[in-house]
Amino acid sequence: MKRLAGFAIFAAVCLLLPVIFPDNYYVTVVGLTIFLNITLAVSLNLLMGYAGQISLGHAAFFGLGAYSSAILTIKYGLNPWLAMILGAVLVICLSYVLSRPILRLKGHYLAMATLGLGIIVHIFFVQADELTGGPDGITGLPTLSLFGVAIDSDIKWYFVLCSYMLLSVLFSLNIADSRAGRALSAVHGSEIAAQMMGIDTAKVKSHIFVFSALMAALAGSLFAHQQDFVSPESFSFFFSIELVTMVVLGGLGSTFGAVLGAFILSILPEVLIVFEDFEVLVFGLILMVIMIFLPEGLFVSLKNRAAMMLSKRGIGS
Amino acid sequence: MSLLKVKNLEKQFGGLKAISDLSFSVPENIIFSIIGPNGAGKTTLFNLLTNIYKPSAGSIFFKDKEITGLPPFKIARLGISRTFQNLQVFLNMSAIENVMVGCHLRSRTGLLASALRLPSVIQEEKEVRRMAEEALHFCGLSEYKDRPAAGLPYGLLKKLEVARSLASKPKLLLMDEPAAGLNDTETQELCQLIKRICESGITVLLVEHNMSLVMEISQRVLVLNYGRLLAEGPPEQIQKNPDVIAAYLGE
Repeated sequence: MKRLAGFAIFAAVCLLLPVIFPDNYYVTVVGLTIFLNITLAVSLNLLMGYAGQISLGHAAFFGLGAYSSAILTIKYGLNPWLAMILGAVLVICLSYVLSRPILRLKGHYLAMATLGLGIIVHIFFVQADELTGGPDGITGLPTLSLFGVAIDSDIKWYFVLCSYMLLSVLFSLNIADSRAGRALSAVHGSEIAAQMMGIDTAKVKSHIFVFSALMAALAGSLFAHQQDFVSPESFSFFFSIELVTMVVLGGLGSTFGAVLGAFILSILPEVLIVFEDFEVLVFGLILMVIMIFLPEGLFVSLKNRAAMMLSKRGIGS
Repeated sequence: MSLLKVKNLEKQFGGLKAISDLSFSVPENIIFSIIGPNGAGKTTLFNLLTNIYKPSAGSIFFKDKEITGLPPFKIARLGISRTFQNLQVFLNMSAIENVMVGCHLRSRTGLLASALRLPSVIQEEKEVRRMAEEALHFCGLSEYKDRPAAGLPYGLLKKLEVARSLASKPKLLLMDEPAAGLNDTETQELCQLIKRICESGITVLLVEHNMSLVMEISQRVLVLNYGRLLAEGPPEQIQKNPDVIAAYLGE
């Protein structure tokens, strides 16, 4: 149980916050965005941090989930949960078909290919206006309800998104510490050695690509219902880059690193509003300073330093 | 019965024949060494045996089953493992995790079961950890098990690669220059380790430059020169072979 002690504390804090601060803007409004971003960063970290496969197109799967829910519920009148499942199935199929050819590429070439994927999907959202509503997007999604309770307030959404986020963090922690997770790290460390240990590297990469896309698609569906609005802007190339930044900022290959990175990148713009015109400037500066002084990422660097200090004290006493 | 059989193997890189018309067979349960001057094609041969390079011609049989052209992970599944001349340790993991990757073939849980951490996963994790500790102990690495691999010295990383391979319980272990870069004490330890590996029922195919090591532990030695077989036989014969002496010392 020691393994999940950190997770238990994290879950307790997340679930207690709205009870202690029920009307706080940062908790019940910004909190929702933070949870979605954490989920997306954690799912991207499975692919980038553990398996070492960069993706500059992660927002595409987030968007496909969101648009599937919006289109299937509004244009085809499907039940929201059924629409969500169909969207997930679509993303599973698409990501699986794409994964084999794309993940054969490495490094810069893989970055290029995933970048292309993200841009193509974004163009589709903008151009296929009969289906997607074009640049204006789609609004008027039905209310999602769970066990007969309509999820129609910020506080209810808080618990729904928080639960999904916690589930994704738990899955990620479980995977990291398992045969599948070690296979991912092995692919990252040395693909040739991984193969010589009997790991089908193409399969491993493809599976984690699909799994990560699926997590993003489900987050997209929840996002569409929560916002009651989808438009191409939310799923652009810039958002993919932001997700990559979250993962790198927190520390590649660490689940809680992705959590921290997503948290900081989501909350900073809110806090930096006080700088008005200089907001973006200060934002960029903070990112640069963190990466220069803590190149392994915020969470991973701080964790290593704490571990080093503890072991030094242990030798001293 | 021969465990590994190579027939008329050939590998061409552009105009260069790195391996030409090479045939030999490796009997079970011995230490079989491959020696030759630099550039003779020893590592190329290992890369052909594990299909990291595709042969230009010829065929390879393992336990009388043809393995030519099988992807490396399938070759590993049949019971062939290897260590690398330029280390291929997973530097992003701890020592024991490296060896636990070696247990990949002896365990089976998949991605979804792992994500949900089903009871079977917890059970298997314990089993895998135990197998990995056994392999680490065999290679004398027990005290380093929780250290990050990136922080271990070169000599220990070489042993760690061996432990990782052993954890997969191979029938045949290919070792590519395991003594390169080791000092005398470390080489002696390695020598004992290779002998114990062979005694545990694993056939060892060894590429090595350290002649005294090769002559001491091998039952058979194969000499490669410019990708061709120059001589093959027990070490005493090889040492006296005039062709071999000429290849190493010049006429």
